Amino acid sequence: NTVAHIQNNVPASTLNLSQFNQDQVNQLIQQLQQHIRFILLQNRQGKTRLAKYYVPLEESEKHKVEYEVHRLVVNRDSKFTNFVEFRTHKVIYRRYAGLFFSLCVDITDNELAYLECIHLFVEILDHFFSNVCELDLVFNFHKVYLILDEFILAGELQETSKRAIIERMSELEKLE
Amino acid sequence: MNSIFSGTRLRDMIRSIRACKTAAEERGVVRKECADIRASINENDPHDRHRNLAKLMFIHMLGYPTHFGQMECLKLIASPGFPEKRIGYLGLMLLLDERQEVLMLVTNSLKQDLNHTNQYVVGLALCALGNICSAEMARDLAPEVERLIQFRDPNIRKKAALCSTRIVRKVPDLAENFINAASSLLKEKHHGVLITGVQLCYELCTINDEALEYFRKKCTEGLIKTLRDITNSAYQPEYDVAGITDPFLHIRLLKLLRVLGHGDADASDLMTDILAQVATKTESNKNAGNAVLYECVETIMAIEDTSSLRVLAINILGRFLSNRDNNIRYVALNMLMKAIAFDDQAVQRHRVTILECVKDPDASIRKRALELVSLLVNENNVKQLTKELIDYLEISDEDFKEDLSAKICSIVEKFSPEKIWYIDQMLKVLSEAGKFVKDDVWHALIVVISNASELHGYTVRALYKAVLTYSEQETLVRVAIWCIGEYGDLLVNNVGMLGIEDPITVTESDAVDVVEDAITRHNSDMTTKAMALVALLKLSSRFPSISERIKDIIVKQKGSLLLEMQQRAIEFNSIVDRHKNIRPSLVERMPVLDEATFNVRRAGSLPASVSTMAKPSVSIPNGVAAAPLVDLLDLGSDDIMAAPSSSGADFLQDLLGVDLGSSSAQSGATPGPKAGADLLMDILSIGTPSPAQNNTSSVDLLSTPGINKNPSNALDTLSSPALPHIATTASAGGMFDLLDGLTPSPSKEATNGPAYPPIVAYESSTLKIEFTFSKSSGNPQETNVQATFINLSPNTFTDFIFQAAVPKVISVFFFSPLLSSYQNFFNIVFRSFNLQFLQLHLDPASSNTLPASGNITQNLRVTNSQHGKKSLVMRMRIGYKVNGKDVLEEGQINNFPRGL
Repeated sequence: NTVAHIQNNVPASTLNLSQFNQDQVNQLIQQLQQHIRFILLQNRQGKTRLAKYYVPLEESEKHKVEYEVHRLVVNRDSKFTNFVEFRTHKVIYRRYAGLFFSLCVDITDNELAYLECIHLFVEILDHFFSNVCELDLVFNFHKVYLILDEFILAGELQETSKRAIIERMSELEKLE
Repeated sequence: MNSIFSGTRLRDMIRSIRACKTAAEERGVVRKECADIRASINENDPHDRHRNLAKLMFIHMLGYPTHFGQMECLKLIASPGFPEKRIGYLGLMLLLDERQEVLMLVTNSLKQDLNHTNQYVVGLALCALGNICSAEMARDLAPEVERLIQFRDPNIRKKAALCSTRIVRKVPDLAENFINAASSLLKEKHHGVLITGVQLCYELCTINDEALEYFRKKCTEGLIKTLRDITNSAYQPEYDVAGITDPFLHIRLLKLLRVLGHGDADASDLMTDILAQVATKTESNKNAGNAVLYECVETIMAIEDTSSLRVLAINILGRFLSNRDNNIRYVALNMLMKAIAFDDQAVQRHRVTILECVKDPDASIRKRALELVSLLVNENNVKQLTKELIDYLEISDEDFKEDLSAKICSIVEKFSPEKIWYIDQMLKVLSEAGKFVKDDVWHALIVVISNASELHGYTVRALYKAVLTYSEQETLVRVAIWCIGEYGDLLVNNVGMLGIEDPITVTESDAVDVVEDAITRHNSDMTTKAMALVALLKLSSRFPSISERIKDIIVKQKGSLLLEMQQRAIEFNSIVDRHKNIRPSLVERMPVLDEATFNVRRAGSLPASVSTMAKPSVSIPNGVAAAPLVDLLDLGSDDIMAAPSSSGADFLQDLLGVDLGSSSAQSGATPGPKAGADLLMDILSIGTPSPAQNNTSSVDLLSTPGINKNPSNALDTLSSPALPHIATTASAGGMFDLLDGLTPSPSKEATNGPAYPPIVAYESSTLKIEFTFSKSSGNPQETNVQATFINLSPNTFTDFIFQAAVPKVISVFFFSPLLSSYQNFFNIVFRSFNLQFLQLHLDPASSNTLPASGNITQNLRVTNSQHGKKSLVMRMRIGYKVNGKDVLEEGQINNFPRGL
């Protein structure tokens, strides 16, 4: 995340990447830029219902990001692509009723795969809450985080089976 | 505080927050809840912790500060029960991140939990570690995680695998330790474990060459077999997505094969069959299938040449491009950009479709398509493509014009077959989207025009015609005004007519009308007005018959609200009025602008650095080099330089109150003026011209904005309000007098100030940096820092580079002399520009090799223009090589002594 870090916190112009050879820079960038940066779940009004960051950001920066992402996705035509460029990254979003699920990924990552990923997550939520609605997510936000942690870890997909996640969740619920 | 505390339940709190009708009401409820939670925290009752933290997380999500709950997370994590730990870890991941020092306190609890007998607790710890671990934690806990990759429960194995990816991302050195464990995961049958294992291998391959070689040799065949198995597998309801078994696993496997095949013909050969199979057999009517195809194409394009496969890949992209689903078209555009590299012809075939995409209503598609088009341009099709794009520019959305015009400009600049075509296209762009065009673009246009002497007449006439129609396009107006000022005579006399032109009749007064219009229009910005004023001065000499009218226009500007305009109007007026004899030589046409210099400048105005090794001259963050004094006064005309006592030069000196002839000597040698200039520069926080720089080129016609850190301009800003009489009284020596007058010479105090204790700026296991401070005599804002780098490791560091940066804070205006010849410094192109309240100057280090237990030193000079108000902060990076491996360390220094 050095790169993200640099982008976010230090005026880019003050750092001279040319000091490093091209391979080093590439490697640095490649290493650091291939996973989900954050996941947001927002309603149409822009209220955040879930926000998971896999890169460290200041609180104020997080609010800004949430605001900007909401602005970007909320008014897009449904026929448009589900991808919007966001700063140096890309947001893959999908709308379900009044809720927007947005993933921020690297610009070169497989957009279609993440779209599928969002859908799988929504299916899992739907299954878990049996017909999920926004209120379920509000009142059980901690469970939503728990599900997400079973689904994605360190910005990477952890499990692709809906059944496995639901089973795991019920095991965890028993421990409560 | 009442000890009887009655907390609400989480659910009730959420309800009452939701019931709030206004934001103020919500704040009230949250404030009350927070107060209750704090009270409860103070009572230290373990029963409420759990619930308090859950509430805090909700409050946090609403955007309120909740840092006071951080310690509660740690307490919950340390408690024995699973439910408490669960909430504790959740809070930890939400409320904290890897940069907080509090996080270090949790390392021990994490270690215990990773070794816990309850596998669910182990799972929690892995999850938290995977999501927020810092480099230090990664080092401390890597052995535990490595062991857990072999754990009996698959849920733990997959978590440990992903946790390892985070660890190696944070600390690439640890990669080797994970190679064996990772390769064992590739044999897994459990999809969850397999996919995380593949991911871990991918990460290791991108980080570590040894790992890449290892997996290439040992695992390629196995991975191909796995991919074949899932591709051919029968319907598996658990993993099926739209008829494809686990597309996610497909994609992961393809991605790993991509790095294994890249650069290795043998491995590439092995995977040809399966890639062909995936590319041909995968259903492409659903998103999941297309996602797999997309990844497959990506892999085909990355591995070593297998041309039959590439044909397949290009065909898939062609199908994607004609798909009705916008998402698919978007990825097609993205991929075609990569495909250009090996099959330009195939991509060119889709040119028409791609051009259509540029006009798509969806901005994401337009952007990608535009990028792609600009890659498709070559000498043969540049005219046609440019025409298409410019035609579209006329009707495109306002918010797309900026991107579009920038792209057209760069295409035109790069591929222009001839100057006249370039000028024509640029005029079209400026006419349609002049307000979006960046400064360097129209600066470049002016340079080209200046160099095309046979086209001066043609250009000025074309601009004149364009500006009548598109007078609202700011940059078009600027270029037109500049040309009219320079070549006004060619405009009215129809000099240098080209065959293609229709003759036009323009009177002198028509030409002046255009300039007057620009200077009087209320929405013209400062730059345009300033340029118009210079043009008027020039025209007053070119068109003697109407010089009275021009004078009137100039005189009106004496009442301008802009000080700069006011002062220049006064000065120009006096030139027109009282110095008719020197005026013609003063406003001669500018000498041809040097294209090469401009291009170098233009390139150089891109981010430069504060780095040290290679650059002995001053360079200031933001890519701004302090211009030498000679440079900034910029006579720009050799004869004047050669004969500083000629009347024109004298006049100029008088006008500005600067002794131009000896300025170069002064700036280096004479202490008085130098001190004055320095002070002023410090006030504005502008770099100090170093002696080295005074040697750099003296004729500096086109200082581009980035380069222009122009003390004299800064002087102008300051001097204008204070001493408007300089120009009219034409008194000599104004500048330095002025400075002396303005600043009560703190330089003379020459105290060394208080002594500052040295600090340890940075310390890691291998490297320690100490800073010692001393104040420059006479300048309290400036601090000399001697950095000593001490190698704590037994190895020698080579190629040692230290970089430092200071934050930027304030914005200040500055001018850049752009256009005119020796009025260069009246001239007056304003630019807003971020100036830094901190200035940093690095001297070269004593060596770039740091022997074991040895040290090297490097001097830094920091100028804090907010001295006394703001304290110093600095961010730094250190890069070096140990045994041929690159190491990068970073840090922020906040512990500077106060008062620096």
